[in-house]
Amino acid sequence: MSKHHDELDEKAPPKGGFSRRGFFRGVGVTSGALGSAILGEQEADAAQAAGAKIGPGAVPVSLNINGKVHNINVEPRVTLLDACRNHLDITGAKRVCDRGTCGACTMIANGKVIYSCTVLAVDAQGKQIQTIEGIAAAARPHPLSTAFVNNDGQQCGYCTPGFVMAAKGLLDKNPSPTYDQVKAGLGGNLCRCGTYVGVRKAVLEAAKAMKGAKNA
Amino acid sequence: MQAFEYANPTSLKEALGMLSSQWGEADILAGGTDLLSLMKEYIHTPKRVINIKGIKELGGITKTAAGLRIGATATLDELTESAAVRTEYPSLHQAAMGVSSPQIRNMGTVGGDLCQRPRCWYFRQGYGILGQEKGKSLVPDGENRYHAIFPKSQAYFVNASSLAPALIALGAKVKIAGPNGNRELRVEELFVVPSSNAARELALAPNEILTEIVVPSARGVKNATYEVRQKEALDWPLVTASVAIRMKGSSVASAKVVLGHVGPTPVVATAAEQMLTGKSLTQDVATEAGKSALDGAQPLNGNAYKVQLARVAVKRALLEAAKARG
Amino acid sequence: MPNYSWPPMSTRKAIGQRLSRHDGLEKSTGKAKYNSDLNKPGMLQSALLTSPYAHARVRSIDTSAAEKAPGVTAVRVIATPGTELQWQSQEIAIVAASTEQAARDAVRLIKVDYEVLPHVVKEEDISKVGNRAKPAGEQLTGDPDKAFKEADVVNEGHYGIPVLTHCCLEPHGQVVQWNGDQVNYWPSTQNVSGIGGDLAKNIELPATAIKVHQDHIGGGFGSKFGSDRWGVEGARLSKASGGRPVKTFLDRATELNIAGNRPSAYARIKMGAKKDGTIIAWESTSWATGGMGGGALPPIPYVITNIPNRRLNHSAVATNGGPLRAWRAPNHPQASFLTCAAVEDLAAKLGMDPIEVFVKNIEYAPEARRESYVHQFKKAAELAEWSKRWHRRGDSGSGPVKRGLGVGICSWGGAGHASTCNARINPDGSVDIELGSQDLGTGTRTIIAQVAAETLGLPVNAIKVKLGDNSLPPSNGSGGSTTVGGVSSSTRIATVNALDQLFEKVAASLSTTADKLEAVGGKIQVKGDPAKSLTWAAACRKLGTQSIAAQGQNNPRNPLGLNTQGVAGVQIADVSVDVETGVVKMNRMVAVQDCGLVVNPKLAEGQVTGACIMSICGALMEERVMDGQTGRVLNPDMEFYKLAGAADIGEIIVHMDIREELDKRGVIGLGEPPTVGGVAAIANAVANAIGVRVPIIPLTPDRVLRALEERRSA
Repeated sequence: MSKHHDELDEKAPPKGGFSRRGFFRGVGVTSGALGSAILGEQEADAAQAAGAKIGPGAVPVSLNINGKVHNINVEPRVTLLDACRNHLDITGAKRVCDRGTCGACTMIANGKVIYSCTVLAVDAQGKQIQTIEGIAAAARPHPLSTAFVNNDGQQCGYCTPGFVMAAKGLLDKNPSPTYDQVKAGLGGNLCRCGTYVGVRKAVLEAAKAMKGAKNA
Repeated sequence: MQAFEYANPTSLKEALGMLSSQWGEADILAGGTDLLSLMKEYIHTPKRVINIKGIKELGGITKTAAGLRIGATATLDELTESAAVRTEYPSLHQAAMGVSSPQIRNMGTVGGDLCQRPRCWYFRQGYGILGQEKGKSLVPDGENRYHAIFPKSQAYFVNASSLAPALIALGAKVKIAGPNGNRELRVEELFVVPSSNAARELALAPNEILTEIVVPSARGVKNATYEVRQKEALDWPLVTASVAIRMKGSSVASAKVVLGHVGPTPVVATAAEQMLTGKSLTQDVATEAGKSALDGAQPLNGNAYKVQLARVAVKRALLEAAKARG
Repeated sequence: MPNYSWPPMSTRKAIGQRLSRHDGLEKSTGKAKYNSDLNKPGMLQSALLTSPYAHARVRSIDTSAAEKAPGVTAVRVIATPGTELQWQSQEIAIVAASTEQAARDAVRLIKVDYEVLPHVVKEEDISKVGNRAKPAGEQLTGDPDKAFKEADVVNEGHYGIPVLTHCCLEPHGQVVQWNGDQVNYWPSTQNVSGIGGDLAKNIELPATAIKVHQDHIGGGFGSKFGSDRWGVEGARLSKASGGRPVKTFLDRATELNIAGNRPSAYARIKMGAKKDGTIIAWESTSWATGGMGGGALPPIPYVITNIPNRRLNHSAVATNGGPLRAWRAPNHPQASFLTCAAVEDLAAKLGMDPIEVFVKNIEYAPEARRESYVHQFKKAAELAEWSKRWHRRGDSGSGPVKRGLGVGICSWGGAGHASTCNARINPDGSVDIELGSQDLGTGTRTIIAQVAAETLGLPVNAIKVKLGDNSLPPSNGSGGSTTVGGVSSSTRIATVNALDQLFEKVAASLSTTADKLEAVGGKIQVKGDPAKSLTWAAACRKLGTQSIAAQGQNNPRNPLGLNTQGVAGVQIADVSVDVETGVVKMNRMVAVQDCGLVVNPKLAEGQVTGACIMSICGALMEERVMDGQTGRVLNPDMEFYKLAGAADIGEIIVHMDIREELDKRGVIGLGEPPTVGGVAAIANAVANAIGVRVPIIPLTPDRVLRALEERRSA
């Protein structure tokens, strides 16, 4: 968003506090701004493990997404969502509000639903990240995906992957939710086309289908 | 977002060593639900971001005989899932559930809830914590429907914490670590009124870290939180009231009544607390307490309705608490 | 001429089926690629610099530092020195760079010197807008002054509905690549066939040089037809960057500030009626804004247009806000709210049921729709348990939670647009249907397949529908609820034409002539003698190596009875209001909606349900909040630009008004009409519940409590 650009110059140079040299001391990271991978992967792992400082330039980041490890070079300011969308071509999660409000970017990290627009990619390392692309085996769609179709819980579909992930997070935690629990479980997601009626039905239908599958 | 150096310390000592003695240089990252938005808006442009989630001692929730210890990086989800919180501190459970997005509850931390910055839209548009242009606050003559009805000097924003009113009512303290050792504050002392756009609204130094929250035992204390929100889906409360009542027989021995989202700090409603003492928690008494709690409110031209909402919130919190065992 | 008309309701096989959308699974598995998802080889990202001021002049602009910034490939100035910026977030410059971060960093290095000019951004109080109000001149019919004197009851009220934004979840934008004399263009658009020409004209290339492709769009609602400044500049950035593709999608704040809004409407309305409820006079003074162009007079009095004595005065108010764009049923939701609220207030004063008042005055509605409205009022009332739950205004019992019911109405055109369809029947039996149209999530792909399947006597999944590319035969943009009529008609004509060719090819082998054949149940058979038949596959094999290709066109001037226009709809809201907090909760919405021949009732119900939910957002929480002092939009986000969540909408009951006599009119568009009546219904339900009109939308706790307070102190 545009701010008062006349004020920006004052903010730009560091005023006391750290010297720029201080930034890079002890880590061996240079300030290469764009796409210049600096550290070897092992070095980076070691540095991060030791709690040392990395960046602000691009650094190696290792993400475990849908069971597969991806190694990329991104700046620490890159979010998990943008790392997926812009660097890994994993685009099911959408960037809509980009401020942790609308839920279109919902992913599951270590079993918990999160807003991936509001997590730094560097901070997502070491976690098991699940995206819409990874919730079902290739051959058969996840029962939630099917239920969203059966119940027409989507129109333009841009919010849909986020809703499916939020619903999955809910059902993972509570396989037999009541109607009210479904509504509450979707409290972090927004749709503009107005598909909530179908979405609510879909989650209940999927819960039933998944339990049936388990019992079978 | 401005580029920054990222640090992932594993010990508190290490983290403290990475902080700066000046605001704006370094930011502490926990859940990130507020910080990342602030950075995307260039409201915060830290040179260094210090992730404290890797510091084990800052996490976890433990129940002891003395009460409850909540690590600063314990998530709101951990708080709502805690059986101890559900049974002994319903007000805290209700307050956390008021954050009605599961994603935010999974990410957001208790420490972060207390340390988050106000949602005042003038602040978020870059007019500083006091929302000023040319030295004058934009709030009184502007769009102030969500602003303070208990403004303090030039501060019209409202404290955004969901948990603070409950924690204050329950008599909780925060532990703070700094370069010169540790200190403790009562939760209400954590919040201060900034005197200028350059000042902060927390009684923390830039090189301190809030490490844990300690809530005394609430056995025998009836407590409840009531939020007025327009939406059931994720939405900021318009007002919150949290109460903690010690009974003696059928009458109130002592009461704590705290309002949220009504002023730059949570507001302890002393008059209502005094008025309640010795009374039984009837509908009429609760209504009366609501009125007392709002004595001295100074609404702006667009937010007088919040006075009414806060009265109702106090009344409903009291009646909810009355139903609770304790 | 072949017989293109729709088969009678009773014999339809594919049309009328409650099928799930064909692209549903693609979307719900995350596989659907929107153009904002594209990552093209060598693709650059871009960022816009936009105006921090609502009104300013650019004195000077210095991009030198940005040009030298790491990763930057091109910088373009949009607002050159001297340019007057008329609203916040107006485009000033744009940067292409190797990453989004680099582009944004570079934008912050651009130095602009602004001369800040005075602004007007708020219009609710028209006395404060000065010369920004442009009166449109009085419209006078009959003798309202005399009629008001003759009226038994006169009611006056003021009402207002604010500016909304479209808030499409997929922001506006595109990936674009200008390489040599060709431009590959992947926009987010409601106008696949037309947007290339729009871009071409702005970058001085022939329209044929622009290749447009889009598989899915993440919401448009009327705001995504043109190439926009960012499309044009994106193309130029690409050219300036050696022909690399450039991605530009607006950030949320810019999206809400400049990518379209629905104009406001405020009015003082006076109505006069006889004791029996017959309305005899209307007088309104209204004003509206949708940016510097102001806002037009909504079509009031709505539906009951022909009140015999009327005086209308309207002013367009120019404000320094982003410009309006079409928003689902332009000006109709505003008109419906203003009219239905005034009628409800009048009914309360008359001591009458508002539905009775509407029915009493239905002769003021267009003749062709009167019966529909009466029928729909009855049906909606039945579904909403009106006779049991409706009560006189405010008579809603003790306790802090008051329940009330209210009604709103809609009308819309929705005739099919110009559309061309290619149908190909292949020797292997497959069928390809191609149109340069788009599926906005309305189910366009699915209903096209249903129409083709119906004509060809095939299962719906045997039809392959291809949309979303401007190399396909052109269809108009999807606006004005014109798509379903247009594409269903062109598909019907194309498939009938293709089938006739197939009949010609196979007639001899069935020892008959083409005109004696029909396609039913996967067979080509002799009419009246099903024993003489070929399977579809066998029939197609007779084509040898040559596919049949046929075209169909919907000509809006002569739609052959396949599509038409003019629909009615009635909505009833059932709400509970906590009078201590002013919080309004939806219990349920009932919508009864006509759209002629309904190709797919399941998808149609989805459109209506979605429209009801949009109305709930608009009635209860949506509002663009402007700051009078700074001229800025204070809520360009999804936190304070509030939309309802899954728990905020109550239950929605949709009844598609499917009747033989409506069906035989042909297909009519549906995207817009159900968005019209909901705000009125909800506002009226709140008035019914709490006993007093909350005049200004949205019905937030502050406004509800203020209305209650004003009544107490009155």
